[in-house]
Amino acid sequence: MTTEKRVLFKSKWLPWLLVAPQLIVVGLFFFLPAGQALVESVLESDAFGAGSTFVGLDNFSRLFADETYIQSFSTTAFFSILVAGSGLSISLLLAVMADRIVRGALFYKTLLILPYAVAPAVVGVLWVFMFTPSMGVISHVLKGAGIDWNHLLNGQHAMALIVTAAVWKQISYNFLFFLAGLQSVPKSLIEAAAIDGAGPWLRFWSVQLPLITPTAFFLLVVNIVYAFFDTFAIIDATTSGGPGKDTSVMVYKVYQDGFKAMDLGGSAAQSVILMAIVVALTVIQFRYVERRVNY
Amino acid sequence: MIERRPFTTLLAHALVLMGVLVVAFPIALAWIAATQTPEQIAQSIPMSMVPGDNLWSSLEQALFGGQTRKGNTLPAVAPMLWVSLVSAIIISTGKIVISLLSAFAIVYFRFPFRNLIFWLIFITLMLPVEVRIVPTYAVVSSLGMLDSYAGLTIPLMASATATFLFRQYFLVVPDELVEAARIDGAGPMRFFFDILLPLSRTSIAALFVIQFIYGWNQYLWPLLVTTSEDMYPIVMGIRRLMAGGDAATEWNVVMATALLAMIPPALVVILMQKWFVKGLVDTEK
Repeated sequence: MTTEKRVLFKSKWLPWLLVAPQLIVVGLFFFLPAGQALVESVLESDAFGAGSTFVGLDNFSRLFADETYIQSFSTTAFFSILVAGSGLSISLLLAVMADRIVRGALFYKTLLILPYAVAPAVVGVLWVFMFTPSMGVISHVLKGAGIDWNHLLNGQHAMALIVTAAVWKQISYNFLFFLAGLQSVPKSLIEAAAIDGAGPWLRFWSVQLPLITPTAFFLLVVNIVYAFFDTFAIIDATTSGGPGKDTSVMVYKVYQDGFKAMDLGGSAAQSVILMAIVVALTVIQFRYVERRVNY
Repeated sequence: MIERRPFTTLLAHALVLMGVLVVAFPIALAWIAATQTPEQIAQSIPMSMVPGDNLWSSLEQALFGGQTRKGNTLPAVAPMLWVSLVSAIIISTGKIVISLLSAFAIVYFRFPFRNLIFWLIFITLMLPVEVRIVPTYAVVSSLGMLDSYAGLTIPLMASATATFLFRQYFLVVPDELVEAARIDGAGPMRFFFDILLPLSRTSIAALFVIQFIYGWNQYLWPLLVTTSEDMYPIVMGIRRLMAGGDAATEWNVVMATALLAMIPPALVVILMQKWFVKGLVDTEK
């Protein structure tokens, strides 16, 4: 891949003018706030906003001594494993099946990509409606099956609800990538395996699946990032982090501590930890992308 | 198809059909609820799966608000739709314009700190709004941009993925085009508008679909920077309709609002399906 042009334009000021709008937005709304979060995470501002003092890593140690923070950590981990795990397996199954289908493929595909267009907050509203304890359609069916559904009181029910809603929203994305991956597996390989007597099941396990592991790995990272950061609206619209703090994931807690409880130092320290997590995930993703380019 | 296995094909159809039904069910249910009256929804548990004939009045009540039979006063959603539409268009257009310009500068010019600038833009991938909520709010508020279209859109306009995509695309545009343009006496901006821009049409269309949906579906950011009701986007407004709790919620109006919030991005995805899939796969490469 070339990264340089041979032929260029020459101007001292024009390139600066061209990058200026992007640089202004990036500087003002990305780097300045991120820098401020870093600074605030080692400061403690007094309640009246009159001044702040340097407290070193106090905010961080306070955070890790705080049980609710540790709990939000494990809630987030549990939530993202469930979302990524079930989301990937369901979409892979659908993609493998859809890959076999010739007739009606466009119809299926169009319907399966619809959730991508639905805003996370609206997703939350749709699922709450089905699971409302008093009159929801699905909670009624569950009641018939002996489950007294109430996600407003039962933490496990609340977790199940947000996982289901989050997976539903992400199926489209996973499905499209798996399908693209499956369709880029060379037909000759599959035909060769078929001639050697391998049935569809064996062909999937020994030919297709190994060839789409890069896609699967990429999707795993994307889904974890999604579960960490893009599910705020789903949670806010369904459980608002409750009951108690049972579905309060890290991003939800940053918002609540910073905006509702006005604990700026603590919220900034949480932001810094979240940034470290995103950086780690991005690095993993890009190391993998490099590998794929080489292979 | 490699061999004929009617049973396996049937199984595939059955499974995919089941998946499609599960995926479509919440949306279908929203539509059914919007066609009924609040009394119909509340009286039979579970609600009837037969569409009623109340769709237009649910939609009307959602769009224009006002007093309901239950005695709730509902906000009008029509202005929220407008706010959503305007900000989604500003965000997607803004992202594309500033990314095109900076990718053009980075690929076609040599200037000091060029690589540094590219990396600065790229690193923003690692700084989603969610991780810097409070300080970003502070910046926007000190600039006096709360409750304005500027506040709703400009902070979301930086785009590492779009810049990266256009840069990759420009790098494979043949150098002969620049040479030819230069021989014909065209300056850089002339080249940009007359040659580069028309060549990038499909990439632009693909990105527009993705970014329009991104802009339309924003929730956390508007929640932070808007306090006055006439600057609420619809995605945020729908959440407020449910504030009354279980019994008080007018589900037919909420679901009519959900439909109104879903239709524009769904139309964009369906009508531009080809570009959408291309854009999605390209931006992640």
